[in-house]
Amino acid sequence: MSADLYEQVKRDPLFAKLTQSRTRWAWALSALILLMYFAFILLIAFAPSVLAKPIAAGSVITVGIPIGVIIILLAFVLTGVYVHKANTHFDALNQKIKDNLQ
Amino acid sequence: MKQLVYFLLLGAWSINVSAAEVITGSDAGASLNIAAVVMFLLFVSATLGVTYWAAQRTHSAADYYSAGGGITGFQNGLAIAGDYMSAASFLGISGLVFMSGYDGLIYSIGFLIGWPLILFLIAERLRNLGRYTFADVASYRLGQLPIRTLSAFGSLAVVALYLIAQMVGAGKLIQILFGLPYELAVVLVGVLMVLYVTFGGMLATTWVQIIKAVLLLSGATFMAFMVLKNVGFDINELFTQAIAVHPKGSEIMAPGGLVSDPVSAISLGVALIFGTAGLPHILMRFFTVADAKQARRSVFFATGFIGYFYILTFIIGFGAIVLVSTNPAFLNATGLLLGGNNMAAVHLSAAVGGDLFLGFISAVAFATILAVVAGLTLAGASAISHDLYASVIKKGEVSGPMEMRVSRIATVALGVMAILLGILFEKQNIAFMVGLAFAIAASANFPILLLSMYWKNLTTRGAFIGGFAGLMTAVVLVILGPIVWVDIFGFADAIFPYKYPALFSVAVAFIGIWFFSITDRSPEAQQARDLFEHQYIRSQTGIGAHGANDH
Repeated sequence: MSADLYEQVKRDPLFAKLTQSRTRWAWALSALILLMYFAFILLIAFAPSVLAKPIAAGSVITVGIPIGVIIILLAFVLTGVYVHKANTHFDALNQKIKDNLQ
Repeated sequence: MKQLVYFLLLGAWSINVSAAEVITGSDAGASLNIAAVVMFLLFVSATLGVTYWAAQRTHSAADYYSAGGGITGFQNGLAIAGDYMSAASFLGISGLVFMSGYDGLIYSIGFLIGWPLILFLIAERLRNLGRYTFADVASYRLGQLPIRTLSAFGSLAVVALYLIAQMVGAGKLIQILFGLPYELAVVLVGVLMVLYVTFGGMLATTWVQIIKAVLLLSGATFMAFMVLKNVGFDINELFTQAIAVHPKGSEIMAPGGLVSDPVSAISLGVALIFGTAGLPHILMRFFTVADAKQARRSVFFATGFIGYFYILTFIIGFGAIVLVSTNPAFLNATGLLLGGNNMAAVHLSAAVGGDLFLGFISAVAFATILAVVAGLTLAGASAISHDLYASVIKKGEVSGPMEMRVSRIATVALGVMAILLGILFEKQNIAFMVGLAFAIAASANFPILLLSMYWKNLTTRGAFIGGFAGLMTAVVLVILGPIVWVDIFGFADAIFPYKYPALFSVAVAFIGIWFFSITDRSPEAQQARDLFEHQYIRSQTGIGAHGANDH
């Protein structure tokens, strides 16, 4: 039974649209996260003094602290972006593909 | 249920006895120990109640392994966060911040950053393709016998290493917090986890984890709030005071010696990111939700809770520098922290909330270990009963009740093993175990899982040889590396210079899988390639996936 369904889905142009769009979003967001993380790690390895500068003259808070907190927040925000996109756009497309089967 | 009642009595008796010993032994810890014991007994009673409730609802294999797929995304997010917020990360990271400041934040970020990637690349497909274990996904279109066996052993290796590390940590922590003898603490943890898992299955394991996650997040929030209140909610003031009293001075505000060279740094990053995505007890949580949408929501909430928790531990670590390291009540004769740096958060709880709150945090730390070991045990038992017994030995020809019985026997066996090895390893250096568990998860489990979902040309031969090579490389490099070769065997220089082998072993796995797949011309290999398209459609749309009810 499933094999026939899968052949039908394969021919549905919406399926190609769904996978292309989802693949693009998933890899773009993954690249962003990896870039951000490894840039941070390489900064620590090669130029830690950049992170040790104070954020303002006279402040004890270093640049590294807001950067660290921002990475944590961005990790959360980007998961939110993907979930929102998936819940609205991808799920609607997916539902249409499933409806086309009936 | 007789066993439960008997156990409660036994547990209460043993704790009372040791509390009495503590009271007669040293009056310093007496009053706070009673608060901790009372809170801990409350937690144990509540979780055993949950286990009883869950046992009434656990009828089928699907109930047992995956809570019938009825956990919501929010609940599962809390449970995943709970699995991740182990005692090691709560006490360890706040202790690291206490000791070296900013370096603790670097570690936290490494642990967190895998989560968005799991969401983008793995979570939905995993839910759409799998049923009870990640081996379901890895062996979807490949040879059941070799791939299930390899995945099951990969899971069991990770579970066993993690479990032993947690047991030894638990024994030592409880010794300090409650004054219980080490062996008794290990037995107590082992017996409780076996009770949760055998009677309540995944439903109880998940709710124990949720209860603990809420308690831990509330406790940590209160501590961070009190630390900030102490400095008039001025974060600059907190850092200024910390710099003034810390022996390293202003160095605690910048990266220190934690990440010394780029190869180590990247290798650690690879281990943390890919390792997280290969931990069997975390992956199995994706099968407890109804569909891919709930799987996504799980990761969203989990990332939020974990990120929030790490920001709290950073504040808690700095709070401990200001409030604990300056208070002689928490220091020994040489000016070091009583019980070691990992006790920073525990001492801070006493400093900001008195004995009652210290009791609360001690009980939560114990609860944390219990909840994490329960999840690990269930993952190990599932690998034995679902992958090895039902799928490999019985070729899928086995009834649900029989599979559940095997799983329960496996749980008891794992519990006994964990208790014995926990006691055996008391005096051993177990620091390498968690690192090795992450390395194996990253080098054996993760490459097979990822490529089975993403790469059409993956074949059984490629996955088996490459995965096995990754596993062996990780084990051999950890043994030849500084942690085992120098610290444990006592040689002067390590043969392999890096602590974290993941960068190399993951590369070996991927190259091995690639090479032995593309050169595979067998008819089975062609069949695996042909099946990819249907698998791909199911992974994308969820059509044909096991739903919440037809599990």
